[in-house]
Amino acid sequence: MSLSATTAPPASPPTKPAPPRVPGRLSIRLSRLDVKASPYLYIAPFFVIFAIFGLYPMLRTAWMSLHDWDLIGDHTFIGLDNYAALLRDEYFWRAVVNTLGMFVLATVPQLLLALWLASLLNRPRLRARTFFRLVVFIPNVTSVAAVAIVFGMLFARDFGVVNWALEFIGVREHIDWDAYRWSSWIALSIMVDWRWTGYNALIFLAGMQAIPRDLYESAALDGAGPWRQFWSVTLPMLRPTLFFVVIVSTIGGLQLFTEPLVFNSGNILGGTQRQFQTVAMYMYEKAIENTHTAGYGAAVSWVLFVMIILVSLVNVLLIRRSVRS
Amino acid sequence: MGVTTRRLRVVAAASTAALLAFGAAACGESDEPASGGKPEKLVVDTFSEFGYDELVKQYEQQTGIKIELRKTGNLNDYRPKLVRYLATGKGAGDVVALEEGILNEFKANPANWVDLKPLVGDHSKDYLAWKYELGIAPDGRLMGLPTDVGSLAVCYRRDLFEAAGLPTERDEVSKLWPTWDDLIEVGQRYRQATGQALLDSVTTVASAVMFQAGGDLFYDKENNIIADSSPAVKQAWDTSLKIADAGITAKVRTWSKEWEAGFKNGSFAATFCPSWMLGIVEQNSGPENAGKWDVAAVPGGGGNWGGSWLAVPAQSKYPEEAAKLAEFLTNASSQIAAFKLKGPLPTNLEALQHPDFLNYTNPYFNNAPTGKIFGESVSKIQPIHLGPKHQAVKERALEPALQAYEGGQLSADAAWEQFLKDAEIQGAF
Repeated sequence: MSLSATTAPPASPPTKPAPPRVPGRLSIRLSRLDVKASPYLYIAPFFVIFAIFGLYPMLRTAWMSLHDWDLIGDHTFIGLDNYAALLRDEYFWRAVVNTLGMFVLATVPQLLLALWLASLLNRPRLRARTFFRLVVFIPNVTSVAAVAIVFGMLFARDFGVVNWALEFIGVREHIDWDAYRWSSWIALSIMVDWRWTGYNALIFLAGMQAIPRDLYESAALDGAGPWRQFWSVTLPMLRPTLFFVVIVSTIGGLQLFTEPLVFNSGNILGGTQRQFQTVAMYMYEKAIENTHTAGYGAAVSWVLFVMIILVSLVNVLLIRRSVRS
Repeated sequence: MGVTTRRLRVVAAASTAALLAFGAAACGESDEPASGGKPEKLVVDTFSEFGYDELVKQYEQQTGIKIELRKTGNLNDYRPKLVRYLATGKGAGDVVALEEGILNEFKANPANWVDLKPLVGDHSKDYLAWKYELGIAPDGRLMGLPTDVGSLAVCYRRDLFEAAGLPTERDEVSKLWPTWDDLIEVGQRYRQATGQALLDSVTTVASAVMFQAGGDLFYDKENNIIADSSPAVKQAWDTSLKIADAGITAKVRTWSKEWEAGFKNGSFAATFCPSWMLGIVEQNSGPENAGKWDVAAVPGGGGNWGGSWLAVPAQSKYPEEAAKLAEFLTNASSQIAAFKLKGPLPTNLEALQHPDFLNYTNPYFNNAPTGKIFGESVSKIQPIHLGPKHQAVKERALEPALQAYEGGQLSADAAWEQFLKDAEIQGAF
């Protein structure tokens, strides 16, 4: 692009360039303040909202947990008595066992299945790739309560489809799915897996696609078969993704609430012997449904919080150990 | 280089000012009336259907006070809202409906409610005695005026009874089971004839037997938990175990999906019905079963399940006017009008004798004179002492233990242990 030949500037009396405006002192100070402070102001809205709707309720719950708190009556300060009672509470520990048991039963097969699905979806010559990826994600988009209602009907004792199907493989007597610990855990784990396997598969898929192909090529050149490649190339490269998926699954799985509640037709007790009552349900029963034990329920919620942190740490350590870089 | 231009600064200042003004206006809003003056508006909070739509209009015309009738469809949605109103100290209506379970629970904190006795006088002779008594809080204040009762009867399928060779006319069916042992016999006959179960579950039996036994149920007069020693509880427990052992129930938990499906599928031929259950039976059975259901008397003579009171929260700004409104809504003619409109069974003694009530028949239930049947059942109830967390102990301690025994998951001793333990936990207040 040639510069258009500018005509010579018209002869005009050379004017002195305007003297630069010297900024006043206040202007300088404000400008410096602007540079330093405005980043914080930009992120402030999130923190303000978090302070009001996140931090304040947490602190207030902690305060409530130190009292014998009646939602529509009086409060008396009792210090750590709620926590002491909690450690001796058989039903709390039953809820913890239920929660951890359902968590392991749901999450381990789910993540293995998700890894397998992701490796299938990652195949280079897969047709209709986008379609499969969409289909795998659809269960995650459905309403939790609707899924729980439908699965509740599928697992009904007398007229449920699952029992009917089991008849064909010889199971004569109808299983009462919500009557026993093992059966209710299986039913609820299936519900959770149905929802989250696709989601986790897509996250793994994204992680896998970030692995450079030449790693696989060099592994193949060294004589590694597909299984060895998976173990030595894919999994170590997927470690950050694994951390993320495991932590998110832990946080979600330990707070399981809607599925067991709807499975039991809205009864917070989690079965006739609390066989599938989770810690979140126990907290709701004590803190909200039963107006007299709100302080105790607040203690349960803080213990749940600590539990989630602990289990997440344990899981991270496990991953770090078993998937070596 | 600043990003804020002058225009942006102006906009920011204007919006901040607007927000502050709005905030100040919202916080500063108060509807402090002149105390002692006549109210412009009274709010009535109800759940489900009380049949008050026409009555409040009538009251408006009589007194010139505007009435706002707030309805929440589901009791399970109503209770959390009420708890919130009481916990925060604002938002409750001036007249509030309290269902049996909620009333008992809230009795533990009677300071939340106005004592109605000085405001409406002594109405103790106007209502069913035990119902009026239950509206009195432990500290002696009249917490609520009785509105309706559930009563108790047995809804049964005439066609299934006929197929089993049992009589189908309601008077004859009532004669089949004057006692609980007779009911067990009928159930066994039914099982032999058809292979199906007569009843849905044992849990309603337990409640009915407790009410028939009367006296102190889960609590004694000082409101200590006596679940382990109460004779009424023991009687109810033993009867339920006998019924479960006889195998005459379909082992479906009330309100579960199997229970709802069982109406259409005929997996049980009879169920215990308070009057408010009639609508639910009709809905679950569908129009194709119209006329196949009928209503007979309950073994043991009488019973009750559910019912409500009207109370005035202490946070109301017009307690006297609210109390007068509650009195109006619960007098004999109002209860008859409400019954005719939506079906809740009256508790007012005069209303229970009224021909409109006694002659009422329900077409879905083979034109059964439900007014007469339920009225008789409820008048047979003995005085009872319910205690503050009666509902919680019944639903969260007694019923799960019975259901676990019925389903074979627990032995009788283990179920009793679980019941006692849960009764202590659920009954504490």
